[in-house]
Amino acid sequence: MSYQDKYEMVCGVETHVELATKTKIFCACTTEFGGEQNTHVCPVCLGLPGALPVLNREVVNLAIKAGLALNCEIAEFTKFDRKNYFYPDLSKNYQTSQYDLPICKNGRLEIEINGESKSIGITRAHMEEDAGKLVHSGESITTSDSSYVDYNRAGVPLLEIVSEPDMRTVDEVIAYLQELVQILDYAGVSDCKMEQGSVRFDVNVSLRPLGSRELGTRTEIKNLNSFAAVRRCLEYETERQAKVLNKGEKVIQETRTWDDSQGVTLSLRTKEEAHDYRYFPEADLVPLKIDPEWVERIRATLPELPAAKRERLKELGLSGYEAGVLTSSKAMADYFDRVMQNYADAKVVANWIMGDLSALLKANNRSFEDCPIKPYQLADMLKLIKKGDISGKIAKTVLEEIYTGGKDPAVIVKEKGLVQIRDQDALEKIIAEVLAQNPKSVADYQGGKEKAFGFLVGQVMKATQGKANPELVNKILKEKLQIAY
Amino acid sequence: MKTIRKSLAELHTLLVNKEISSVELTGEYLDHISEFEPKIRAFITVTAEKALAQAKKIDQKIAQGESIGPLAGIPMALKDNLCTEEIVTTCASQMLREFIPPYNATVTSRLEAAGAVLAGKLNMDEFAMGSTTESSAFFLTANPWDLSRVPGGSSGGSAASVAAGEVAYSLGSDTGGSIRQPAAFCGVVGLKPTYGVVSRYGLAAFASSLDQVGPLTRTVRDNALVLNAIAGYDVLDSTSVPFNKPDYTQFLENNVKGLKIGVPKEFFEHGLKSEIAELIKQALKTYEQLGAEIEECSLPHMQYALPAYFVISTAECSSNLARYDGVSYGYRAEAEEVIDMCETTRAKAFGPEVKRRMLFGTYALSSGNYEAYYVKAQKVRTLIKQDFAQALAKYHVLLSPTTPTVAYKIGEISEPVACYMGDVYTIPVNLAGLPAISIPAGFVDNMPVGLQLIGNYFAEGLLYRAAYAFEQNTGYYQEIPALLREAD
Ligand SMILES: [Zn+2]
Repeated sequence: MSYQDKYEMVCGVETHVELATKTKIFCACTTEFGGEQNTHVCPVCLGLPGALPVLNREVVNLAIKAGLALNCEIAEFTKFDRKNYFYPDLSKNYQTSQYDLPICKNGRLEIEINGESKSIGITRAHMEEDAGKLVHSGESITTSDSSYVDYNRAGVPLLEIVSEPDMRTVDEVIAYLQELVQILDYAGVSDCKMEQGSVRFDVNVSLRPLGSRELGTRTEIKNLNSFAAVRRCLEYETERQAKVLNKGEKVIQETRTWDDSQGVTLSLRTKEEAHDYRYFPEADLVPLKIDPEWVERIRATLPELPAAKRERLKELGLSGYEAGVLTSSKAMADYFDRVMQNYADAKVVANWIMGDLSALLKANNRSFEDCPIKPYQLADMLKLIKKGDISGKIAKTVLEEIYTGGKDPAVIVKEKGLVQIRDQDALEKIIAEVLAQNPKSVADYQGGKEKAFGFLVGQVMKATQGKANPELVNKILKEKLQIAY
Repeated sequence: MKTIRKSLAELHTLLVNKEISSVELTGEYLDHISEFEPKIRAFITVTAEKALAQAKKIDQKIAQGESIGPLAGIPMALKDNLCTEEIVTTCASQMLREFIPPYNATVTSRLEAAGAVLAGKLNMDEFAMGSTTESSAFFLTANPWDLSRVPGGSSGGSAASVAAGEVAYSLGSDTGGSIRQPAAFCGVVGLKPTYGVVSRYGLAAFASSLDQVGPLTRTVRDNALVLNAIAGYDVLDSTSVPFNKPDYTQFLENNVKGLKIGVPKEFFEHGLKSEIAELIKQALKTYEQLGAEIEECSLPHMQYALPAYFVISTAECSSNLARYDGVSYGYRAEAEEVIDMCETTRAKAFGPEVKRRMLFGTYALSSGNYEAYYVKAQKVRTLIKQDFAQALAKYHVLLSPTTPTVAYKIGEISEPVACYMGDVYTIPVNLAGLPAISIPAGFVDNMPVGLQLIGNYFAEGLLYRAAYAFEQNTGYYQEIPALLREAD
């Protein structure tokens, strides 16, 4: 029995996304990923005595941009606050964050679920700094004699985006997260590199009896770092809560953690043990006034967002599925647009990008972000197919050649002699030879075995290394086979 | 000793006329420090070697005919909560006993750029929390006017070193009176600038919204010269203000004709010693004779200043001092678990006054208390600002005693609250972010008394003018502690 037979899930998500700035939020240290431990640090992000924060304006620009992309109101007056708690990866033992006056609030985004559109509310989005990272001498914190702190990440700018508890199924949660990450990726707000931890999710989940309008007691599961983890975690946690409720017991309001290897959530601390963060205004920074012109300046830089792009692709004649795949990453969608600038047949371009090119990239562990085949090169190749200079089959070879050698398709076709044979006389000669070498097949065909024709076409292609124009081959073959041998 | 207790202008003239070299001058001061430190104990660290190296550089400049600034080649010292690159900066705490900052405070860099010679780092109350320098984790500093008395605090070392002639001037920090009160107790001139005039970058924070760095000097002119060097916008401090910095010495005019002085009656309550009240009345008479207009006025919300200050300063301190946990720098008590390490480190390395304030601040910020304490204190702060704004719309400056008493006997103040009460006239100024200066105004029981002038935002120039006229017409600054006279 599934929890869904008796209960409805209510879920909201807090998403922490790393903003794509070159330097940290309050100092000039680089945000670059990797780097030897404690090399991207300075007195400010190390929290040395007397060091003071200076706000990176680019962080504000990106936060405004994210807010606009998520249909939020942008605050005219916003400020930073200190969130006080002791943890060794937090150099000052307080996190500079935003409490009661976040930069963005009251937004929403649309998800599509079973063909229907649903609006998910965005409560707020606020700027804050990331903490450092604990490095344990052993396998895990429990098995280690000692731990070290790497402050390279301390002070990396984050945007925390808090959703309303509007999601009712795990699929809705995943659809929300995918859409959110896609929007942030499109807007250029974040690199959204999940594998580098640049996006993290905290989910708040509760159950209530079907038909009830009251909210049940929720638990919060912190620090999930992939869609798959969110899905598995929610599937586990809803069943766990259902079991508790079915026994007539109460769900305890608490913070839990997801153990990915065991596939379970574990209690971290209960409501009574919750931190009192003692928020108060950050006096080392001055409040920020954001005038409407600033917001408009940022709005002007906002690119087309995924929903609008999907609509546009559908108008070009693509299916909903194709539009969805092509817009799944900004890099892929941009690639599509750029090929279309030089070869405006959406169906053909979509087929090549989603098919052969995606497969080629996947096989080489690359993405559209660093695709070695330039969009104009793909367009040029498609033009060669259309002109009849190369066949679709040859084109696959050409694509691989562009990929490995970087040369333009016309050059490859010429150098490798891949131009289609459309010379009637030349083809007639080759076909005559093929027929002479395969009398049995000729006889079969003339005896009524249609299959033999395909074999003969194959032989001609083999003899021409695939370069023969297929239509011409068909035509000549048929003509020749009419003549009795 | 021909150079000790000379003004900056006199020392500068000696240097440019090559009557003395900076190395010789620095040597004289270092000798003076060696002679008097056993009695005064103003210094936590004396940086003799570095001082002589810097002096040598200035001498080379002079030898090459380069022009030098008014502070170049002259020895000074810094309160030990101002970061100095490669020089231990302790905040007078066991927590930072061996802490060597990898960077300079902005004021340190600016003085260095002005050619100043750093003679050392000065004792203070631990993390600037206290009014007597008795909360220093290391040792007591004595008042040069009476070695059995405290120099005041928290910038006690800064005031005592200047009064004893160990340096030509010093820098202190003022959160609730920590420059002005020791200046008053030691008979020197101390300025707390407008919040935002001097960068706080590299000042180990006590209370971010109240802290301000300022100069302690023998004379008003010296004070203006030092402020010239350290004031001004700093990109590293978001709360520093971009403003047109004047040459503060241009205001030093012996003329207060038409100056309107308001005398807030609330600043003559709270246990003001009658002899001090008498001296302040004499000072008002002096101003009147010089052509200033005196009028009594009222700042009705001053009675709430002390509790509001206590809540705001301790709240900020509880968060500012959270970073001292033994993890990446400073003192560490070893323990099995990280949380024990952090707790033991803090339990062992912080003194009782610091702990008391952090406890109170944590309490005031805790959920359930926040509205009743922190939010209410901020409202009081707004009212106090409004009181001052109204008064300063009517008067050019406000005048009051700096402190209700003269310097306490060492050990006399054991009650923390009594200690805070001593700052009752200085604290409101920090809450409002205004500039104020304490200047010598006479003696009670052979101990110096300070007079406080409070001005409008960025009106340091006007304060200097008012202070200068009084100084030139009274001459209290020429008095010398008996200790120094005996030495001559
Ligand atoms: Zn940094």
